Order: sequence, then structure tokens, then C-alpha cells
Amino acid sequence: MTPVTVAAILGWCILLSFFALSAGLFLLGVDRKFAAHMQARIGPPIRQPFIDVAKLLQKENVVPANAIPWLFSLAPIIALASSIVVLFYLPVGSIFPVLGTYGDLVLVMYLLTVPALAMVAGGFASGSPYATVGAQREMVTMIAYEFPLAIVVVGVAWRLGAAGLAAPFTLGTMAANPIWTLVGPLGLIGALLLLLVLAFVTPAELSRIPFDTQEAETELAGGLLVEYSGRNLAMFYLAQGVKTLVLSAVIVAIFFPWNLSAFIAMSPWIALPADLLFFLVKAILVMFFAVTLVRVGMARFRINQVVSIYWIYLSVIGIAGLLLLMADASIPVLAGVGI
Amino acid sequence: MASDGKKAPYTLQIGPIHPSLKEPVMFTFEMDGEQVRSVDFAPGQTHRGIEWMGMRRNPVQIVHLTDRICGICGIVHTLAFSLAVEQIAEIQVPERADYIRVILHEFERIQSHLLWAGVAAHELGFDSLLHLTWRVREQAMDVIENLTGNRVNYGIVQVGGVRRDIVPEQYKIIEDCLSTYEGLLTKLLNLFLDDTTIAMRCRDTGVLTRKEAIELCTVGPTSRASGVNMDLRQDYPYAAYGDLDVRAVLPEPHMGETHGDVYDRIVVRLFEVGQSCQIIRQCLSEMPSGPYTAEEKPAKILAICKKATGEAIGRVEAPRGECLHYVRMDGKESPTSWKVKASSYSNLMSWIPMLKDEQIADIPIIVASIDPCLSCTDRVAIVRNGEKSILTKEDLTRLSVEKTRRLQR
Repeated sequence: MTPVTVAAILGWCILLSFFALSAGLFLLGVDRKFAAHMQARIGPPIRQPFIDVAKLLQKENVVPANAIPWLFSLAPIIALASSIVVLFYLPVGSIFPVLGTYGDLVLVMYLLTVPALAMVAGGFASGSPYATVGAQREMVTMIAYEFPLAIVVVGVAWRLGAAGLAAPFTLGTMAANPIWTLVGPLGLIGALLLLLVLAFVTPAELSRIPFDTQEAETELAGGLLVEYSGRNLAMFYLAQGVKTLVLSAVIVAIFFPWNLSAFIAMSPWIALPADLLFFLVKAILVMFFAVTLVRVGMARFRINQVVSIYWIYLSVIGIAGLLLLMADASIPVLAGVGI
Repeated sequence: MASDGKKAPYTLQIGPIHPSLKEPVMFTFEMDGEQVRSVDFAPGQTHRGIEWMGMRRNPVQIVHLTDRICGICGIVHTLAFSLAVEQIAEIQVPERADYIRVILHEFERIQSHLLWAGVAAHELGFDSLLHLTWRVREQAMDVIENLTGNRVNYGIVQVGGVRRDIVPEQYKIIEDCLSTYEGLLTKLLNLFLDDTTIAMRCRDTGVLTRKEAIELCTVGPTSRASGVNMDLRQDYPYAAYGDLDVRAVLPEPHMGETHGDVYDRIVVRLFEVGQSCQIIRQCLSEMPSGPYTAEEKPAKILAICKKATGEAIGRVEAPRGECLHYVRMDGKESPTSWKVKASSYSNLMSWIPMLKDEQIADIPIIVASIDPCLSCTDRVAIVRNGEKSILTKEDLTRLSVEKTRRLQR
């Protein structure tokens, strides 16, 4: 690797980080506005999350007396950094993943757990019973949704592999070959089921209602984040925005990877922003259906209900989707043998 | 981790200030993981010395002080106090005043139950339902404002009657509001009772058995949800309730069975909204004509009250249950004794059996399910040299004996 490529990659990473931060906050603002309108409220302006972050950065950063200071202050940095890093492995619009050649969807899955783990560490380091209970719940929730999430990733990649594509786990392959174009009617249903499962994993990853037991405002007064304030809280808030963007981007990359430039011919200088805008629109739509609509229409679950929903209902749906995809891949083969 | 393999219990404190508590109260939970092992609570965090203030005022002034005991139950407290004073001073309240009192009383119940339903939805994390119920609640508030001049702290009830009449032009506004609510009720029942997530969270959560409800002397919707057929409006009619058709709302006729859980408390409160609409409608059709107060001039009422001697209890079925005012007057300007027992006072102890063995997640909704009103309840706080102390039963007996001795001297 030449120093020039390293510099180019670094430059892209920095640019993408700024994009991730601002787009993430923008998504949070859009989410609040949509939710407010659905609840017959006016809601805050879309720039409200930016105002909140600016305000939080000016506020005093309190570290509780019985916290573990280094871990307590490190957790928000890790959470924010790891959520930004995920985006480097995901296609954003027509921009090919910056680090796409160094990691695939399995790495993304691992990276997605890092912000949650950082929050757990921060929660335990806070030394507050609310945060401790929140951290325990976050761990339980993570264990609960990892399995359905893994089913989705494996299912889609397996189907791409079965279609004879090389390196099915890389996001480049997924973006180039949308799953819908490869499958027959059975596989279509299977892929839809997997999309549903992934959509239901999203609110838990983002700790939003109905799966926000770890923060549960009315029960734990913010749970994991109860002791955080000022700059540290701002970083968690930014991480929340970036995570929203990242999860939307994952769903977009796996299930809706199309770009505008593929359909309409345009010069590369217009194509890049146009695809970026189209990506944002897709991300907003995904977020609207997977997060906003769900959180407006449901009450919060108990932690044991969260576990049973993921392990029983969503796992069964996921496995059904996986089986349908397998059947879809093997039926033509079997039929070929029969003839 | 303990050597016997059991998880070490830990203490979780909720309160006095916490997002799930609308008013200050202090809970101390002994927890085992997510499960509540035992619970203790300490009210008395919002004592304002209202009785002390009342003892230095005359009954005409106290009525408006009682309005400020609670932000929601303005009519309840003013009515209970007025009923007590009217009994002592032997004031005959005109029939029309009784009907107006009942109409306002029932509007207060409607808005209180809707407010509670919104809070319950919020405690469950269902904010859309909170915004919806609070939006429809506005119409009741508007009607109350139209009838009394105020949204809260109505200042409408006075000793001997009410301070304002309901004129025929206002009948239409009331009628509009009632028909809106009767139309909305089906929708609200559907939203609350047929929602899967609400049923998942509320069914068999925070159970209070019928036996416990009776033993702990619970009142109002809390006891009715456990199947206790008890409603002051039916058992001990005051104001115009004797003429009206009121039956205690129980979960069984509506849902087929009584669980005594949070869900049943939602059922009882929502059906009571419908019942209140019917009562108001009945009042409007049967409203007699005549004066709306026994005596218009406050100075004359005061003169009557000054001569009165005796003691009486005013009992009223508040939205949260029976509310009771004890008044004793000895021919002086201010009462010799005045004691307020708000409905939540009787209901608070039911938290202990309800919360036992439940999960942390259910604490907010169970605490809210009895619709606690702590500013109504808190009558005593012992503070000496900046230190708070708790008086036990023995202390109270000793203090009472000492006081009696002092008076006998």
C-alpha cells in the first residue's frame, strides 16, 4: 500500500465520519418530527438534535464519586468510534465501502456489538443501581437479538453463495447483486421474512421502544445513561445517531442496494450527490418503518418478554425465511436431477 | 456471588423524585435480579401544612383552601368540607345546587380518569396513547372552565351551595361534550383493552385479591377492580346521588371475570368515564329550578357558621375513592379541628402486596395503577432540628394520652 492510498483512505474516512455524524443527527431529528406528527404534536424542529449536542458539549461533565473514572469516560468514546467505523465497511450511496476490501458483513456484525458493549461497560462503571440494572438488561437484549440477526446475515449470504457468486459475505457482492433479483417466488417470501426479522432487530439495537428496557425512562430513569452528562452524554447521543444511520445502511445494503445512477445516466459529479441523497431517502424510509412507526404504535416490553420475542417468535420467522431460501435454491437443482 | 449459589439481593431506591412518580414518594425495594422481594415506602415528602393554615381561617375561606389540596380533585375536597360544615351549621342546600355539584363532580371524574389513562400509557412506554388521551381530555377541561371559570382550582363550591348557576345556554356545550365522549369511549376502550402490548404488560400484573382489598381498606377503583362492590355514590348517597341511578362499576360484568390486576383497574376507570357521562345527562334532564345557593352573601354564611357547634364528617366518592373531611366547630370563627383523609391514604398500603414478586419493569405501572395523589395524602411530616423522624403507633398513643391529660387539667 502506497502512502498515497493510505492518505486517500484516511481522507475518505474523515469525510465519511463528518457525514455520519451529521446524517445521524439529521435522522434523529426526522424521527422525532415524524413521531410527533403521528402523535398529533408539532414536535421539535429537525435541527433539534444538533442544538441538543451543541448544548450538551457546553455542559459540565460529571463523573460520579463511586464510578470507575477511566472506564466511565472511555465508554462513550468507544461507542462513538466503533459506530462510525461500521460505516466504513458499508456502501453509502454509490460510494464503494472505503475499507470494503478489508472486511465483510461478519465483521460488521461484530462491530455492531461494540457500541452496545461499550454502553454495558459504561453502565457498570457508573456505580448506580439503575445503570447496573440497565447494563444487565442491555446484555440480555444483545444475547436475545444476536441470533435472529445472525440468521438474516447467514441466510442472505448463503443464498448469494448458492447462486454461484464469489465472496457472498462481502457487502460489495451484496450491493452488486440484490437478493430479490436472484430468487424465485419461494425465495422472495423467504427474503421478505428475513427483512421483517432485520427490521425488528433494529429497534433493539438502537434501544428504542418497545425494546428500550435498558434505558426505560419511566423505570430506570435512563438506565445505562443515567449518570452520564455533558460531553460524555453528547458522545453517546452522537453514537445513537450514527447507529441509526448504520443500521439503516445495513438494511439498505442487504435488501435495497439500488442506486439512482444505475437507472438514469448522469455525469459522475451529479451521480455522487444524487446517489447520496437517494441513500438518505432510503435510510429515512427504513428508519421510519423499522423505528418510528414501531415506537409510536407500541408499549414497552418487559425484559423477559423481549427475550421470548427474539428467541422464539423472530427466530422461528428467521429460520422459516432461511428454509424458504434454501428450498428456493435447491428446487431447480432437484428438478434438474429429476429430468 | 454468595457461596450458596444464590444471587445477592440488592437495594434499589426509587424516589422521592423519579420520572415514573408524578409526585414525591420514596420507595426502597429489596431486589433479586429483576424481581422485587420486598418493598417499603415513605410518604410525607410533600407535606404543606394545609390543615394548620385552615385552623387559622374561617370556613368560608377554608373552602377555597381545600380547593388547593389537590390539583385534580378540586370539587371533591371543597364538596367534602362543605358537606361537613353544612351538617354542623344545619344549612339546607337547595336541590339545584346539589345537581350542579354532581355535574361538576362527574366532569372532574371524567378528566381525572382520562388524565390517569394517559399517565398509565406513558408508564408503559406508550406515548402515542398518552398524547391521544390528553388531547381528548381537553374538552372536559374546556367545559369545566366554561362552567366554573377555571380549569383547575375551580372555586365553585361554597358552604350552602355553589357560586354559579348553569344557564340553559350552557346545556348545549355540556351535551356536545357528552356525546363526543360517548363516541370516543368505544375507541378508547378498543385502544386500551384490545392492544396486545398493553394486555401483555397489564394482565395479571400487580394483583390485589378481593380479600387483600378488603383487609387493607382500599377504596374507589382500586377496590372495585378487585371485585369489591363499593361506591359511596351508591352506598351512602350525598348531594343529588340519591335521586340518580348509580351502580358501582365492577370489572366482572364487562370482562366476564375479576383478576384484580392493573388491567382491571384500566377497565373500571374507562367504564366509569362512560358512567359519568350518563350521570351528567340524567342530571341535566332532571335538574330542578330554584336558587343555587342557600345564602349568597359570604358574610351571612360566616355569621351562621360562627354560631355553629358540633362535629361532622363529609364523605365524597373522589375519582380515586372515598375522600373524607372531619370538622369540629365550637362556636368560634375557625374550626377547632379539621382533618382531611384523602382517598390515596387508604390505597397506598395496597402497593405492598401488589409489588411483591413483580419485576422492575412493572413498578411504574403498578405504582400508578392506584392513581396515587400524594399531595392529597400527606398530612404529617415530623421535622425537628432539620432531622426527619417517624412516629410509631406507640408514640402516637403516648402523645394522645398526654394531650388528653393536658386538656383535662
